[in-house]
Amino acid sequence: MTHTTDTAPEGAAMTGRSSTDKGRDETGRDRRRPAGGRRGPAAGRTRSWRDSPLRRITPWLFLAAPLALLITFTYVPVASMIAYSFTDWDGVSPDRENVGFDNYVRIFTRPELFRVFFVSGYYLAASAVQIVVALYFAVILSFDLRFRNLFKGILFFPYLINGVAIGFVFLYFFQDGGTLDSVLAWLGVSTDHAWLGDPTSANVSLAGVSVWRFTGLNFVLFLGAIQSIPGELYEAAELDGAGKWQQFRHIIAPSIKPVISLSAILAISGSLSVFEIPYIMTGGATGTQTFVIQTIKLAFQFNKTGLASAAAVVLLLIILLITWIQRRLVPDDKVDLV
Amino acid sequence: MGNKKTTALSGAALAAVMLALSACGGGGGGATGEVAAPPSDPKEVSGEIKVLTQRTDLVQNGTLQKYAAEFNKVYPNVKVEFDGITDYEGEVKIRMNTDNYGDVLLIPGAVAKNDYPKFFAPLGTAEELSKYRFGDKTEVDGKVYGIAQFGTANGFVYNKKLWRQAGVTSWPKTPDEFLAGLKAVKEKTGATPYYTNFKDGWPMVQWTANLGVVGCDARASDALAGPVSPWKAGSELRAIDGLLHDIVKRGLSEKDPTTTNWETSKALLGEGEIATMMLGSWSITQMRDAAKKAGGSPDDIGFMPFPAQKDGKHCAALVSDYQQAVSVHSHNKPAARAWVDWFTEKSGFAEKEGVVSAVKSAPMPATLKDFVDNDVRFFDRSEAKTAAVNDIDEAAEIGLNKQDYRQKLIDTARGAAKGSIEDFFADLNKRWDEAAKTVGS
Repeated sequence: MTHTTDTAPEGAAMTGRSSTDKGRDETGRDRRRPAGGRRGPAAGRTRSWRDSPLRRITPWLFLAAPLALLITFTYVPVASMIAYSFTDWDGVSPDRENVGFDNYVRIFTRPELFRVFFVSGYYLAASAVQIVVALYFAVILSFDLRFRNLFKGILFFPYLINGVAIGFVFLYFFQDGGTLDSVLAWLGVSTDHAWLGDPTSANVSLAGVSVWRFTGLNFVLFLGAIQSIPGELYEAAELDGAGKWQQFRHIIAPSIKPVISLSAILAISGSLSVFEIPYIMTGGATGTQTFVIQTIKLAFQFNKTGLASAAAVVLLLIILLITWIQRRLVPDDKVDLV
Repeated sequence: MGNKKTTALSGAALAAVMLALSACGGGGGGATGEVAAPPSDPKEVSGEIKVLTQRTDLVQNGTLQKYAAEFNKVYPNVKVEFDGITDYEGEVKIRMNTDNYGDVLLIPGAVAKNDYPKFFAPLGTAEELSKYRFGDKTEVDGKVYGIAQFGTANGFVYNKKLWRQAGVTSWPKTPDEFLAGLKAVKEKTGATPYYTNFKDGWPMVQWTANLGVVGCDARASDALAGPVSPWKAGSELRAIDGLLHDIVKRGLSEKDPTTTNWETSKALLGEGEIATMMLGSWSITQMRDAAKKAGGSPDDIGFMPFPAQKDGKHCAALVSDYQQAVSVHSHNKPAARAWVDWFTEKSGFAEKEGVVSAVKSAPMPATLKDFVDNDVRFFDRSEAKTAAVNDIDEAAEIGLNKQDYRQKLIDTARGAAKGSIEDFFADLNKRWDEAAKTVGS
């Protein structure tokens, strides 16, 4: 875990570890020595380099391109959106009037606009399933296993597919007599159920698609974190007689805690702002409307761009608030296993 | 690092940039008032014009370019270019925030009628353009800003063979007869009697186009401008939406509406798997093509009017398709106007597509032969108060020309959404009336 370096300077950590392992000691020092040697003369040269005005600008030159892109495509649109949220703009008209906080007042006096957050509950439950499944596979595949890389690929693959394609694929999957029905028929279960036909079933089906799609991402995050745990810890644990479950409970889980809490934050903000899959598959019909779909409809069907911008700002604030509360409840402690 | 100052500075700079940029979002108006008059001498008009269209298929297969070549025989010095846009409504709406949205375009539904003079060049007074249908749709202060590409009649496309097998040979005259007909189709042929196209949604919007057929009332749409409870008992919308509700409620539509597919539905109608769909007359040619491809007979595709009669006659509403307009920012307005006039009157497009020409004196197309032969009364639906109706519709967030409320209607009918149909209509009425009061004041 990279966090180990927070507790001690690089050199100390190195020597601390090397004292337990004689073999690595040699190579570790060999690698360090030329690096240290180079540092000497370089330090001398920086005296004059530090005064050069170019030195102050250089990092900004490197940053110019990404910053320009970030500002143009993220901050400017967000600023415009916030500006629109105080107007009654219809999205096309050259004129718009400033209406102050009117749009916000309207949003908060219409409770039915927030009822769609119940739909997010399905996706939140799905994300919990998703995190557990991803964690399970990440742990299993972090041990030496046959066809390990193949399984990794299979699990990560859905995340690489474009969301629109997934929507269409699963539309056929859930169709009457579609893939799901055929597979169930092979297993001897004949069902006449319209999977997207009633609100509960439709939302569960859509949340299932979302699990299928995003498990790969969580899986890769977890796997990366697990693989950065030094191998000696497992060895030591095994020598002490720890089983796989105990290894997971006392080594893996605590050391990937920051990644798990990150996943939890992403899961919550993600389930509040679900959009692609339900929009493509049902268009928000049959009780599958989410807050973002509702906002899009306000803006593009009913031409209430001002109100929709305010709704988008409200969603942003809700997500920020929830993230803040979550960070308060589960502070991001530094992990120290050594 | 001691970089606090730089961070604060760059933060301030960022904020300044954001403010400056957000302040200049949105477009400015152009020169207004200059009439895009038709040129007097075809040889003298010159210039390049760009025509925006939603018919990407006709751009790709070269059909529109052929029209342009025909056009050039009369106007040799005008170069016509086409820009086919798949998401026409969404994309053009955004482009209209700039000055660059082609020379000829179809007026997007999102543009408020009162804003027409800011975006489009006037084409003349209502009197000057009285030879065209649907002029009132784009008339602002006595000037007309758009000419319809064509019009469509509304009704049900149906598979004649299936209905004949079911024993129904004459058009149903009442909703009950129609429902009985669908039931007979279901029992005797096993086909899906009615296909909603619920998933794609937009075909359900076609139901709204029937407004006025029950009472043969050309002013039915204008009558909605006010707190009139459009879904009250006995009203046009109640009859139209009530019929859709009954179809679904009685199980006469497809089994799983949530996974319907428009493209396949065309072939299924031709093959005899689907018996009926509510659509505009524009669809007849497409359905006949699809029937031929699917191995069926194009002659099996028929078109029947809404099952209601006034004074012993069926009625069919003629509604305008997209209206063509000339951009107020166009540098070649006479050339653009020449194209609009030529395309509407001389191109033969309406005839070829089997739709109703926007020119009043032109005969009805062959696709509507059954209607003409059976004395169906056509009426041009008045659009004089469309702006006011749209304002109420948007304020109420109902969407007469959107699929959402009909999807909810179908969900209510098949029990997937809670509540009775009476509550559903009552809620729509309440929202409409409240919105009408706030918009009107």
